[in-house]
Amino acid sequence: MKLTVNGESVDVGDGINVTELLKVQEVKMPDMVSVELNGEILDRDKFDNTTLNDGDTLELLYFMGGGA
Amino acid sequence: MALTEDQIERYSRHIILSEVGGEGQEKLLGGKVLLVGAGGLGSPAGLYLAAAGVGTIGVIDGDVVDLSNLQRQIAHTTEDLGKPKVESAANAMRDINPDVNVRTYHTRMMADNALDLIADYDFVIDGADNFPTKFLVADACHLAGKAYSHAGILRFDGQTMTVVPNESACYRCVFVKPPPTNSVPSCSQAGVLGVLAGVVGTIQATEAIKYILGTGGLLTNRLLTYTALNMTFREIKVKRQERCPLCGSDPTITELHDEVEAVCDLSAR
Ligand SMILES: [Zn+2]
Repeated sequence: MKLTVNGESVDVGDGINVTELLKVQEVKMPDMVSVELNGEILDRDKFDNTTLNDGDTLELLYFMGGGA
Repeated sequence: MALTEDQIERYSRHIILSEVGGEGQEKLLGGKVLLVGAGGLGSPAGLYLAAAGVGTIGVIDGDVVDLSNLQRQIAHTTEDLGKPKVESAANAMRDINPDVNVRTYHTRMMADNALDLIADYDFVIDGADNFPTKFLVADACHLAGKAYSHAGILRFDGQTMTVVPNESACYRCVFVKPPPTNSVPSCSQAGVLGVLAGVVGTIQATEAIKYILGTGGLLTNRLLTYTALNMTFREIKVKRQERCPLCGSDPTITELHDEVEAVCDLSAR
């Protein structure tokens, strides 16, 4: 199935969940990412049991704590 | 407050803009902006705000100038090594523009002083270098009803968004709570391309100026991300979240508290 992740089209296996997508996307530190799924921020404790559907749009938003 | 002849000349390139004009310049001179942090983001933001004639600029930072700061923190000079950053930043701002009243706070923003610090300001610029302070700025600004600009930088990447409390998505709508302390690569050792701070801090100053002028459109409900390595900007639509712990319909954060300080763990990267 096709997803849009950070603006780019991505082909993934049917029925994967958000945790699995983060692995596919080679996100090394999932704790440092906030996930927006179809415009809604997803609770962190729902990454495992949120199954993605064809056509879903996701934004992986990185925590950035720097400033100095 | 009428502009003096010197001011009319100093700000002539502003005044000639129909969106600013003499009236807008007077608004800027009456404006008050607080910089949280006088580092990579706070330096360019402060210098441009001073040049623009923002009349009162507060700057809070507990650190002193270190040699490793000078690669990007352009408000400080080699002669300032060892001085409180608020002092050298204040001097730099006053040198650019003696019109500006600079107030310095050589301390760290904490839950017990945050509301007092921001009370007198119109707009807050988050140039902090750690998550506890970034979340504290978001919480304090929400509780006090002050607009602010969030920004973060890391390596070659930056992000920023503007928040108008109770009108637009807040920092916690997007990031909810600080990441676990053992996974944070935000410390200075993680590295940052110096000029990146200039790009992002200058965007923050732009937002403060437009907010004071009441002109144009703010960077609200949008997270702007910048990847210097590829020179790409992306704008991600974000919206207020019903379940936001700060600005949602049933908030759990109704007073300030200090978040736990993250420890840098380089092995995690
Ligand atoms: Zn919120």
